[in-house]
Amino acid sequence: MPATSRKQFLRTLGATSAAGALLTACGRAGDKRPAAPPAAKSMSGDDVAILNFALTLEYVESDFYDAVVRSGVVKDRTVLELAKRFGETERLHVGALSFAVVGMGGKPAARPKTTFDDVLAGGPRKVLDTAAMVENLGAAAYLGQATRLRDKDLLARALSIHTVEARHAAALNSLAGKGFRGALPDGAFAKPLAMDAALKAVKPFIAKD
Amino acid sequence: MENSELGAVEVHGTTRSAFLLRGALAAGAVLGAGAVSPFVRDALAQDDGGDGAILNFALTLEYLEATFYERALRKGKGLSPDTRALALELHENERAHVDALRTAIKGIGGTPAAAPQVGFGMAFTSEASFLKLAQSLEDTGVSAYNGAAPSLRSAELLGAAGGIVQVEARHASLIRLQGGLLPTPDAFDKALGRDEAAAAVKPFMR
Repeated sequence: MPATSRKQFLRTLGATSAAGALLTACGRAGDKRPAAPPAAKSMSGDDVAILNFALTLEYVESDFYDAVVRSGVVKDRTVLELAKRFGETERLHVGALSFAVVGMGGKPAARPKTTFDDVLAGGPRKVLDTAAMVENLGAAAYLGQATRLRDKDLLARALSIHTVEARHAAALNSLAGKGFRGALPDGAFAKPLAMDAALKAVKPFIAKD
Repeated sequence: MENSELGAVEVHGTTRSAFLLRGALAAGAVLGAGAVSPFVRDALAQDDGGDGAILNFALTLEYLEATFYERALRKGKGLSPDTRALALELHENERAHVDALRTAIKGIGGTPAAAPQVGFGMAFTSEASFLKLAQSLEDTGVSAYNGAAPSLRSAELLGAAGGIVQVEARHASLIRLQGGLLPTPDAFDKALGRDEAAAAVKPFMR
């Protein structure tokens, strides 16, 4: 567990209990003390699991844009240019998340085998609607994990991706003809999506062996 | 928490700093007064820049955005019907953010900041000047929330701030598209510290 998240852990305890105040005081007295609380390991394990979940979604998005660009299904130049641009962005997210997992001492999730044949066969309309759907669920999935990440540095990194997913989602909603209101599907307050719901939603794009 | 006197202190309805102070005093009962003072000082300093201060800063930015769109709708020149429709939508959202933040600040025992006096120069003379400043305000809003959110200690407030910043990012994207810009300036949105964000909006504060 990095020093920052350990400090945060202590601070959180400090805010909620006198025992926490005691722990914090001890932590300050012997700052370099290596003994982490017993829960620390599983907490960083949770963070790795969250990062790997996000990584899996980014793989799906990245593969999707690749498949769209390669297929030649989309002729609209704006949509095609954005698909290329968004695809590059998702690749950078894949890299950043893999790097973060390794930095936490974890093993990055394997790239899933994806399939988008049904979407591509549905034509440009279906492609655009699917892109919007995937980005909206991506943004909601990041939001769902933001309150679960323990490490504040990881949280900051996740937030910097979360808002880019949101930008993608709004642009694609708008290009898909949903209007400004449709680009803001939850109104003024975006709603989070739980991990299992997000994984279920992308399941049609994971190829069966 | 064996000390019965401390244990009897009412937690509900006390301020956070009082609560932290109480915890620190309990620690002091065990460790001696010398061990307590740094914690007390830090706890109170944290409270100074704590969740209430973060939310009040966000509130100030939301007031700024809400007033910006309100004035654009009232006196903006040359706005296309589409741009007006977008400004109307965004104005409603920013108003809702203002209300939500005021409620949240009161909920944690704080006092919501008053709406600042603001001015936007020549922003309302054309559609291009409106979109340019709207883009700058929305992108700054995204970065300010992203910079501040990790410092929020309440998970509930973090979730709420996350729900707002996602909407700010959607606004930024729509405004950028409307102005013919890429919706994403970069693969990772920048995080601004509070000083940087305050400096970015200072030109509009009167």
